[in-house]
Amino acid sequence: MSDWPILSIVTFLPLVGAALLLLINGDEANVARNSRWVALWTSGFTFLVSLMLWVNFDATTADFQFVEQAEWMPGLNISYHMGVDGISVLFVLLATFLTPICILSAWEAIQKRVKEYMIAFLVLETMMVGMFSALDGLLFYLFFEGVLIPMFIIIGVWGGQRRVYAAFKLFLYTLLGSVLMLVALLAMYFDAGTTDIPTLMEHGFGYNMQLWLWLAFFASFAVKVPMWPVHTWLPDAHVEAPTAGSVILAGVLLKMGGYGFLRFSLPMMPLASETFAPLVFTLSVVAIIYTSLVALAQQDMKKLIAYSSVAHMGIVTIGAFTFNQHGIEGSIFQMLSHGVVSGALFLCVGVVYDRIHTREIDAYGGLVHRMPGYAFIFMFFTMASVGLPGTGGFVGEILTLLGAFEANTWVAFFAATGLILGAAYALYLYRRIIFGGLTKENLKSILDLSPREWIIFAPLVIIVLWMGVYPVSFLDIMHVSVENLVNQVETAQAAAASAAQLAAN
Amino acid sequence: MGVSMLNLGAALPEIFMAVSALALLMLGVFAGKDKAFRTVSWLAVAAQVITIILVVTGEGGDAFFGQFTADAFAKFCKVMILIGSATGIIMAMNYAERENMSRFEFPILITLATLGMMAMVSATDMLSLYLGLELQSLALYVVAAIRRDTVRSTESGLKYFILGSIASGILLYGMSMVYGFTGTTNFSVLADTLSGGERPLGALVGLAFIFAGLCFKVSAVPFHMWTPDVYEGAPTPVTSFFAVAPKIAGLALFIRVAIGPFGGIVEDWQQIVVLISILSMVIGSFAALRQENIKRLMAYSSIGHVGFALVGLAAGTEKGVTGILVYLGIYLVMNLGTFAVILCMRRNSRMTEEITDLAGLAKTKPLMAAVTALLMFSMAGIPPLAGFFGKFLVFEAAIESGLVTLAVIGLVTSVVSAYYYLRIIKVMYFDEPVEEFDRNGTEMNVIMAFATIIILVFVFFPNPLMDSAAVAAASLFGQ
Repeated sequence: MSDWPILSIVTFLPLVGAALLLLINGDEANVARNSRWVALWTSGFTFLVSLMLWVNFDATTADFQFVEQAEWMPGLNISYHMGVDGISVLFVLLATFLTPICILSAWEAIQKRVKEYMIAFLVLETMMVGMFSALDGLLFYLFFEGVLIPMFIIIGVWGGQRRVYAAFKLFLYTLLGSVLMLVALLAMYFDAGTTDIPTLMEHGFGYNMQLWLWLAFFASFAVKVPMWPVHTWLPDAHVEAPTAGSVILAGVLLKMGGYGFLRFSLPMMPLASETFAPLVFTLSVVAIIYTSLVALAQQDMKKLIAYSSVAHMGIVTIGAFTFNQHGIEGSIFQMLSHGVVSGALFLCVGVVYDRIHTREIDAYGGLVHRMPGYAFIFMFFTMASVGLPGTGGFVGEILTLLGAFEANTWVAFFAATGLILGAAYALYLYRRIIFGGLTKENLKSILDLSPREWIIFAPLVIIVLWMGVYPVSFLDIMHVSVENLVNQVETAQAAAASAAQLAAN
Repeated sequence: MGVSMLNLGAALPEIFMAVSALALLMLGVFAGKDKAFRTVSWLAVAAQVITIILVVTGEGGDAFFGQFTADAFAKFCKVMILIGSATGIIMAMNYAERENMSRFEFPILITLATLGMMAMVSATDMLSLYLGLELQSLALYVVAAIRRDTVRSTESGLKYFILGSIASGILLYGMSMVYGFTGTTNFSVLADTLSGGERPLGALVGLAFIFAGLCFKVSAVPFHMWTPDVYEGAPTPVTSFFAVAPKIAGLALFIRVAIGPFGGIVEDWQQIVVLISILSMVIGSFAALRQENIKRLMAYSSIGHVGFALVGLAAGTEKGVTGILVYLGIYLVMNLGTFAVILCMRRNSRMTEEITDLAGLAKTKPLMAAVTALLMFSMAGIPPLAGFFGKFLVFEAAIESGLVTLAVIGLVTSVVSAYYYLRIIKVMYFDEPVEEFDRNGTEMNVIMAFATIIILVFVFFPNPLMDSAAVAAASLFGQ
């Protein structure tokens, strides 16, 4: 079984599904129904196959596993190189886990051009999985930017009122960051003669070059994460995207930036990372406090959650640049739990949006009387977002803060302050929507969760609880790889420090 | 293969083309008026296909006493040019019959222009270069004005003729200066003379003039002004031909001249190429932002693409040339596909040219919209579509030559250009549909399908194009 190219299968299976969808023909209702089922089966099956990665993963080594290497452009010394380690394997699973949920959530919400919608989602899944498992810089870049094509279409065609603006903003913002990363990749290729990621990690770039490379990569990843002040595309994109688009955007696409820091910036440019760590800390702390305050003032549910995403991702970037075991593990864990929790929150918004067709917070109130099941689910994920112990959110935050405390107490202090604000806006949102009297006329006949919606939320609840109660099953997978990364960074930084010492003497 | 040989075998494809053009002319004349339009067109296509075979199977070598070479570089470019013009003739047929433009001279003129281009890219002497260039240009002036009963076409032909003649004059002037200061017009002798350390100032001035003339031919900024007007005014099939074959031929010639005779003094002309490349990319992307006419948009887009291709030339290395050749190969495919789409923009038996006419195409013709969207994403250079790889290769070459600033400017302008390509997608997908277009011709569907498949699967099979481009570039540097 281990001979099978599992990673390639997981990556390209959705593409096969998309090709199948192209063949569906007939009258509109038929096409829509068949498309939904084909997409669901494809993504579900992809998820099952991807579980093979989880089962067969060897957590005792930091080496890349399930490695596949094939000739691609031999003239340029660029190959098709795939593989995962403890850092990336969980992201692959996150992507394959969320995609069927997204498809299920769009079951009734999307009524026009269903076939195209499903094709876009399956292509998107290929790009996401490919990006997390690429071990070649150029391949990584292909998937990283390729994500934009389906995302642009998803927001632009099935989005809300200002969808065109949001789609363009998302596309051009991200593209601008990405092309700078492309320049950096080309420069690395020129310096090292290859774009092979494991080789580049060993290469050891000069300090000055590292600074430039770091900035170029930062331009791309910071937009993607997004970090303050280049986060403004995110609220727009979230508000206008259809529910499933928001879920995948918050759940997986934002993680591409954080993953990029861990895959490129830290191991390849350890010295520059150290130099720029204060910058990252500052921007992250500003992001946490500022966007939390902004979130408090929002009138639009999706926008509020979008700003909360920026704040949560601030925790992630702090964790990544602490350069210690706790911080980085916390950062990865926070990404995973945020991926699930924020995705679930957007789904919660989607539930009421599908019924009332507004995202205005003021249009709701007292939903608990008509929708107890919904109130429960929403509360659960609100608590997870706040970081209640016992949920996944708590583990990520506490680990990151621990790491931050080791690195810089002030950063830990401000980040913790931000978390209090986080609790404030999340609970405030919850109170305004769920509690109070049921006074609005159109809410009086609102229905509780349907069986389909329960099916969507059940796995999310289980996974969040699992992450919160028994995080070891996730931490164990990443442990050795993170240790290896920390060693790599520390060795490089220590070597540079002793070299500087020698020069000074 | 001595310099002092006639060696007609090497020029067999050109000789075949010339003979077939004359034979077709006879056929057209004796068949009377325009009845033979379709026959002549298909025969011209057949002649070009046979020529492709002759080019590919030909043994190569030099000919005409050092005036002409059929090296791998020339072969590679000729194949692209021939594909471009054969497809151009096919795309023109239905249009010409519908729009009362079905003159049998049209395919013959295209054939002659193609012959000129083939001679251009094979030239190893200033004289043969000029002969080829003028044969091409004269045929094209007439083609631009082929609809002499409409003002727009006539105006575009006249504009093209006047500005083109000035450019030819500048080019010729530059050549004469180079000849005057070095005493030779032969490329390899020139290369030896100039790389020998002595660089007469007059020769450098001549070089600048030659480059200016070539810039006009490839419509690089600041010699691009004619492009939007000619593209807009000329009949659409003519525009689609202009955007492809002469562009490729012109850039190939540019490479041949820059790397051949002036290859030893790269540092003397590098800054010129860097400057025109930056200007072309910037003007090409910014000026296109506000265009409403899709043909004008394509004109600015082609200016931008020339800028990107010149990034590879600015590198002045073998890798750079490989990059340009790959870029041109992909550009050829994307442009043919896009113009097939534009030629299908017919409503109630009339051509439409505004971008807004594409509104809601995703609803009325989903497949055509998907094809156009992919072509546009590819033009914008978004991976994993083919358009990305052309950009990747030229910018990689630029960075290896230390031109980091050029690469950064180029990539940032590519973001700007992404905006107007996206706008077309936006109009097709996000806007409400207007009236449906007429049915597409079969040949257009075939061309669109081919173009789309190529840009989609290029990422899986990049090597055939990249390897042959590498061989072609190597032959240029091998001398």
